Amino acid sequence: MTTAVASPPSPPRSTSPFASMTPEQIESFGEEIDAIRHRLLEERGERDVNYIRGVIRAQRGLEAGGRALLWAGVFPPAWLAGTAALSLTKILDNMEIGHNVMHGQFDWTNDPKLSGSRFEWDTACPADQWRHSHNYMHHTHTNIVGKDRDIGYGVLRMSEDQPWTPYYLGNPLWAVLLATFFQYGVALHDLEVERLFGGEADLAEKRVLARGIWEKVRRQTLKDYVLFPALSGPLFVFPLAGNATANLARNLWAFTIIFCGHFPEGTHEFSEEETAEETRGQWYYRQVLGSANLSGGPLFHILSGNLSFQIEHHLFPDLPANRYAEVSVEVQEVCERYGVPYNVGPLHQQFGSVARKICRLALPERPAVLGPAGVVLDGLGGATRKLGSTVKRLARKLPLNA
Amino acid sequence: MPPTLSLPPGRRLLDAFAGPHGIDGYLEQLDPLLVTGECRAEVVAAERGTEESVTLTLRPNRAWDGFQAGQFVRVAVEIDGVRHQRCYSPASREGRRPTLEITVKRHPGGLVSNFLADRAEPGMVLGLSQAEGDFRLPRPLPGSTLLIAGGSGITPLIAMLRSLLAEGRERSVALLHYAPDPARAIYREELERLAGGSPSFQLLRSYTRAPGAGELDGHFSPRHLQRVEPPFAEAEAFACGPPALLDAVRGAWAVGREQRLHIESFVPPDLAPAGEPGEGAIRFACSRIEAPNSGASLLEQAEAAGIAASFGCRMGICHTCTRRKLAGTHRNLITGETSSEPDEEIQLCVSAALGDLTLAL
Repeated sequence: MTTAVASPPSPPRSTSPFASMTPEQIESFGEEIDAIRHRLLEERGERDVNYIRGVIRAQRGLEAGGRALLWAGVFPPAWLAGTAALSLTKILDNMEIGHNVMHGQFDWTNDPKLSGSRFEWDTACPADQWRHSHNYMHHTHTNIVGKDRDIGYGVLRMSEDQPWTPYYLGNPLWAVLLATFFQYGVALHDLEVERLFGGEADLAEKRVLARGIWEKVRRQTLKDYVLFPALSGPLFVFPLAGNATANLARNLWAFTIIFCGHFPEGTHEFSEEETAEETRGQWYYRQVLGSANLSGGPLFHILSGNLSFQIEHHLFPDLPANRYAEVSVEVQEVCERYGVPYNVGPLHQQFGSVARKICRLALPERPAVLGPAGVVLDGLGGATRKLGSTVKRLARKLPLNA
Repeated sequence: MPPTLSLPPGRRLLDAFAGPHGIDGYLEQLDPLLVTGECRAEVVAAERGTEESVTLTLRPNRAWDGFQAGQFVRVAVEIDGVRHQRCYSPASREGRRPTLEITVKRHPGGLVSNFLADRAEPGMVLGLSQAEGDFRLPRPLPGSTLLIAGGSGITPLIAMLRSLLAEGRERSVALLHYAPDPARAIYREELERLAGGSPSFQLLRSYTRAPGAGELDGHFSPRHLQRVEPPFAEAEAFACGPPALLDAVRGAWAVGREQRLHIESFVPPDLAPAGEPGEGAIRFACSRIEAPNSGASLLEQAEAAGIAASFGCRMGICHTCTRRKLAGTHRNLITGETSSEPDEEIQLCVSAALGDLTLAL
């Protein structure tokens, strides 16, 4: 497994992040990445379709099994197994299947069931809104502060370039809430609620989006919290609790993986000015600088939806994700040759780094302006660091990070 | 899939349980033919009638509504992970029956026809569409019918012939059948058998590369029509075959009688000639707009035509502008690859048309 590159926090920039290479070097870097892309385009075929269909088959089977076990959830082993199966189901559906299929990674198959523009997933966010906020807004404008709303989801302060306000004192608390209710956070993402309050958004347009979200949330709630529990009659509370736990498990897992993709220390943010006239080479370069990978075993990569290869995903968002592992070796080699930082580390390390950033950015860059409150919050930051190292020790014992 | 109001309440409840993938998302894991919302068919027999063709007997699933003789279905096969669709005219008698028959003739370089001719075996599952097309027998059936077939254009006409002969022996049917030689004449043996067994069916064959082997010689000419009994002018005529044959047939029908002539042309997409970047026209099928092809990206052309197509990155990354190309050849502006595949999802922002192209937009 690759060793972690623990880059120091990026210093406040006075020059463009593109300044470390000559324009020719950046274009030649881009051409090498393009060559990998073209090879992948040529190679994709039966193997990739068989892979995604295999995952879909496993997910549908696990779901049927999980729901059957939860129906009999009054027996504790059935409840535990059913809840675990349903959690895995939702994680697979959202991350390895939904996220990847909806990127259009399998559009070339012409199979309507694998069509990115028609796929719908088992979560609160309507697929068409996700395609806009994620595939377009986030993937095109990755880590551009002011354009990429994945920087904090409109709720958190994740970059020094976001101006500090006292609201962000709650950064750690908002993060815990966002993680807990992540599917709803994602569902509201395209609505840009914070822009609504700011009066910047078109209300009529947002009303259409809100209706779409309401319809989807209603169907999801009906299924998980009414219909399936009702099948168990008076014992409805067991499937109800199992379904809620599975949704929570998926929420926490998805939040963890997604926040590790762009916010560990060492990832860069960009301004609209410095990316205004970007070439394809610079676009690739920005994707690498703005993303971070997670190291781990094959099962971990599948459960992360291959977002553990966030760098490769951002270079090739519409190519089958099951190929990221094999191309990551080449991408890393190209990056090394050009001196482009390739940020990779195990989950506990990357997440610890994200947690510290969430706490650090709760404060303005000069905590002195806060007086005594700043000192307290600074102490909180230290406590988080300690918590991080405890998590790290525990995680070493887990097989996931083999 | 969101439940729609047209579905029965029981089905809507089932889909509410099975959402968002729908009940089919689970049924197809048990057996691909169990799906209720999509037509599929299993190959139950594959008979290599000539060296150049294979006749497949298909058993469609319950979603399929049957067809009328002369119509076509889209058959989908998956080759190296990619689904390809081609139109075939069922050759069996019309109606909703347990099986239907299609005959696939090899085209030189044809991806799907050669795949099916080489690989189709009982047990293979194919995609199927509902029957389409206005080329079909009128109701009530005409008193006399003339069928003109060239090459694999025989398949819709065989369906008509079989349906006509099954429904009433007092009706007269004549078939002008053009093929290069007897060995390459699809359905030759069955036609001979039918002609021997039914006095109301007149079979006139011309083998263009084997003069003297059939009742007629050479390519279609108005002289051939003189041989038809009763006179062709009184008959409802149906012609299907290569473009040259159809042009000759059209020329033989005098003005005033052309409404009794029905023509179906099919050119396999592998053989359809692609135009140049600035040639032909773009048809936006859903908006009912046609505009000359400027050669620019299809997204820019849609916008120039006043269509509000959704888009995102405009650089081939986000797939927001992905739409279905119904027909035509396009070139991917990033990879330079071209494709003439019908019914294909393409990214409008990085695709340009080579000649005529139809979009579901």
